[in-house]
Amino acid sequence: MSKQYETVIGLEVHVELATKTKIFCSCSTEFGGAPNTHTCPVCTGMPGSLPVLNKQVVEYAMAVGLAANCKINQDSKFDRKNYFYPDNPQNYQISQLYLPICHDGYVEIDTSAGKKKIGIHEIHMEEDAGKLIHDEWDDCSLVDFNRSGVPLIEIVSEPDMRSGEEVNAYLEKLRLIIQYLGASDCKLQEGSMRADVNLSIREVGAKEFGTRTEMKNLNSFKAISRAIEGERKRQIELIEEGKMITQETRRWDDNKESSYAMRSKEDAKDYRYFPDPDLPPIVISDEWIKSIQDRQPELRTEKMARYQDVFNLSEYDADIITGSKHIADIFEAVTELCGKPKEVANWLMVEAMRLLKEHEMEPEKMCFSPENLAKLIQLVDNGTINRTVAKEVFERIFAENVDPEKYVEEKGLKVVNDEGQLRETIQGIIDANPQSVADYHSGKEKAMGFLVGQTMKAMKGKAGPALVNQIVKELLG
Amino acid sequence: MAHLIDDDMIEYVGILAKLELSEKEREEAKKDMGRMLDYIDTLNELDTDEVEPMSHVFPIHNVFRDDVVTNGDDRDNILKNAPEKKDGAFKVPKTVE
Amino acid sequence: MTEKDILSLTAVGLGKKIKEKEVTVLEAVKAVMDQIKDMEPVLNSFVTVEEEYAFTQAEAVQKRIDAGELTGPLAGVPVAIKDNICVKDMKTTCSSNILADFVPTYTATAVDNLIKAGAIIIGKTNMDEFAMGSTTETSAFGPTKNPWNIEHVPGGSSGGSCAAVSASESYYALGSDTGGSIRQPASYCGVTGLKPTYGTISRYGLIAYGSSLDQIGPVAKDVTDCAAILEVLASHDPKDSTSVEREDYSFLDALTGEVKGLKVGIPADYLSEGLNEEVKEAVLKAAKILEEKGAVVETFDLGKVKYAIPAYYIIASAEASSNLSRFDGVKYGFRAKEYSGLHGMYKKSRSQGFGAEVKRRIMLGSFVLSSGYYDAYYIKALKTKALIKKSFDDAFAKYDVILGPTAPTTAPKLNESLSDTLKMYLGDIYTIAVNLAGLPGLSIPFGTDQKGLPVGLQLIGDCFQEKNILRAGFALEGEHGYVMPKTAQLAISGREEK
Ligand SMILES: [Mg+2]
Ligand SMILES: [Zn+2]
Repeated sequence: MSKQYETVIGLEVHVELATKTKIFCSCSTEFGGAPNTHTCPVCTGMPGSLPVLNKQVVEYAMAVGLAANCKINQDSKFDRKNYFYPDNPQNYQISQLYLPICHDGYVEIDTSAGKKKIGIHEIHMEEDAGKLIHDEWDDCSLVDFNRSGVPLIEIVSEPDMRSGEEVNAYLEKLRLIIQYLGASDCKLQEGSMRADVNLSIREVGAKEFGTRTEMKNLNSFKAISRAIEGERKRQIELIEEGKMITQETRRWDDNKESSYAMRSKEDAKDYRYFPDPDLPPIVISDEWIKSIQDRQPELRTEKMARYQDVFNLSEYDADIITGSKHIADIFEAVTELCGKPKEVANWLMVEAMRLLKEHEMEPEKMCFSPENLAKLIQLVDNGTINRTVAKEVFERIFAENVDPEKYVEEKGLKVVNDEGQLRETIQGIIDANPQSVADYHSGKEKAMGFLVGQTMKAMKGKAGPALVNQIVKELLG
Repeated sequence: MAHLIDDDMIEYVGILAKLELSEKEREEAKKDMGRMLDYIDTLNELDTDEVEPMSHVFPIHNVFRDDVVTNGDDRDNILKNAPEKKDGAFKVPKTVE
Repeated sequence: MTEKDILSLTAVGLGKKIKEKEVTVLEAVKAVMDQIKDMEPVLNSFVTVEEEYAFTQAEAVQKRIDAGELTGPLAGVPVAIKDNICVKDMKTTCSSNILADFVPTYTATAVDNLIKAGAIIIGKTNMDEFAMGSTTETSAFGPTKNPWNIEHVPGGSSGGSCAAVSASESYYALGSDTGGSIRQPASYCGVTGLKPTYGTISRYGLIAYGSSLDQIGPVAKDVTDCAAILEVLASHDPKDSTSVEREDYSFLDALTGEVKGLKVGIPADYLSEGLNEEVKEAVLKAAKILEEKGAVVETFDLGKVKYAIPAYYIIASAEASSNLSRFDGVKYGFRAKEYSGLHGMYKKSRSQGFGAEVKRRIMLGSFVLSSGYYDAYYIKALKTKALIKKSFDDAFAKYDVILGPTAPTTAPKLNESLSDTLKMYLGDIYTIAVNLAGLPGLSIPFGTDQKGLPVGLQLIGDCFQEKNILRAGFALEGEHGYVMPKTAQLAISGREEK
């Protein structure tokens, strides 16, 4: 490759909001459920039905906009986006084109080259589509409208990103902001956060943007990275061959790791947007904005600072703990109960993280009660159990939320503090290992460690290490 | 006639509107639409440069609903009029090739 | 009472007789059913007659009246519903093949309000397909005939509702008015029709044509009936975001007969070219009567009137193109028998399911919204709407009521209008602007022309000022008012002879 190319990326991120009901009707947004059991005349586009806006949707959209440094459009309205597809019951999607609720914001990301601002062009509210199930046996598709009308915000970035790394940092940043606000759980697997990638290539130093393509259907960070890499290569190859890039929508197939154009004469891509006559405008007063601002919860940056300040965590620890709102919530709850922030942080960062990785779980799925971790920390602290046992108990807490006090009692895992029994065992070990005793007396400190280890093994880990040390020393004379 | 609506335009609008016109209907549609648009051109006599477009006739705004679930499972009713259904869902021709 | 006496009553009149136990609900239902049986082969006012349901309801409602649970003026009175308004478990077709077998699973709020007041629904009335038309000839189920002369159209799109009330097939009916669809057929059929202020009656359950213009309203024999029905229909509905909470719902209070000091304006634009001479005379006569009763009457320049029609056709067609895209053969309604692939299914189902006029408006609406044309057409139309609204605001700063004709002529003959659609559109010149501005409009019968066809007068009020037009209409109707057409009278006397 002779020329140097730069990748220019903009993102359209769809986030499902954490409301109880859909955006325009009182149906539940609960995930799952048998097909069409969460539907009504409104979200299935029955003739004569009319939409009524869920206020919570507006408030969540505003909260996200404010957290992303956006300006709020104090006059906002809904438009209809017209296109035919069976997952779209009215054959128009109620969305916002002309006056989206938020515009002109940014978020700051950390890159290898330092901090960088990614511009946010706008955030608009819209309704989700239903789900199509492809029935291979019957050679047909089946439509389930349970998702139809679930509220979304679409966050449209400026074309400010230059690499997959920046894209990931941006998405991670958005995810954290939104999770902290409680506006969405941002679960990629369940599709509550999805991204379309707009990508173009230009020579380094060029002022004009190249022709961009839009890639849809990206629902994991990994798929997004792969799609960016694949599309970047495809476009560079075309340019090198002297071919033109076609402005088009492409569908990423993550299994084949390639994209294909979604071209059809029937998709004219002329959406005929116009203001929805069924929905009066939204007028947002200064007071309303202020009340949302006043209710904004502590976001990640503030939380990190507080953890360092109040709990004396290192920046590194605070960064990891706040990397998931859920983990931060557990951290605070456990700390509140046991008053040992350092200990709590250690359990979460070492053992919890290890188990999450082992089980390939998202932190949000961790569901033990803070009381049980607090109790565990107490048990270690007052010497009832030792660390080795504690790790084993933590695994039970993590897996099935056991009460550590009961568990330790039932399984007989308490540290043995009966000095008589311990002396007896140690004497036995000293007698059985004359070589180690000799080594010790000739100045080899390691020999003492061996004897302590043997003792612990014999006690099945339930002996207090301090006491064992003391007795071994004493008996060795 | 100032507005000439050609076959391509009729075909394009047909794609947008999902209507397939017969030969006869297409010829009529070309004529009708052309005439209608000529008539609509009388609006150009109005100077509207300074006028705000009015979509809602009354200044009603902020009509909201509380976020409370009141709808239950109404699947049987929702599917009642479906031309074709299967497994509690609406059945349509295959959407992917 | 004889069937003739019963059928001669107005809705409020019947309600009173039922309350006084001079007529039973069952007798009233039987009377309209008899009349329907004799008239329907000729008129075709109904798409569906719900005889069994009506009789069952009659018994239930009679019991509740006797028990003192239903005390309103319309309790026990039969009503017909335009076939674009959903009634649970009652076929609702919009007079279209695409909805020929559609049975809603919910009831429109307006109809719910009627049912709560003890109304007896007797059936669903014929209309122009999806309310697109001015003659009821675009119905997929055949045209409705004008009871005054069956060679003439009843007007439209609420032609079935107006013909049914005119011919005493029903005491009153619901219509819907997007560009004059209640007022114009009311005027052609010699009945009273009211299009309330936009937002007064919930649109929930009304199958949308032009959502920003559509409004349900009553078709009845006189102004008193209209006011009484409006009191029942009007409500603030949380299911319709464009529904308005009004301060005053007591419309009957306006019917004092008193118009002293009422300021009435007649737009000179409404009396100019294109207006039939006999209709014009009727307007001038009405003006004179109002003046004699103490009203102040002036002519004035309303302006912008001629721009209402093109603006209307852009807005209504654009909204319709979007509203009617839900009819795609997936969730309800007609699906073509043979097609290839998804888009083939869409196109075949829609092309076979919709009639010519509906397709024409969907095509126009899709075009004016399409890329490159939106500003030139749609935005231009919304700006024109703003100017028209302003013209009315200026007028209502001076007048309480605007008086004029409802339509330029009396009812045309069948098959005369559809051959020249643009001419048909021009027939709505006096009614359309009212919808664009969201205003209330009332059409009252005011005598007949030389051909013996009814002439209608239109009274337009400012937003939320229904009382002004009801007051003026009530004062005027004493002069002419409802007359039962010969065909209907003959059917009744024919039955009596038997
Ligand atoms: Mg979108
Ligand atoms: Zn719903």
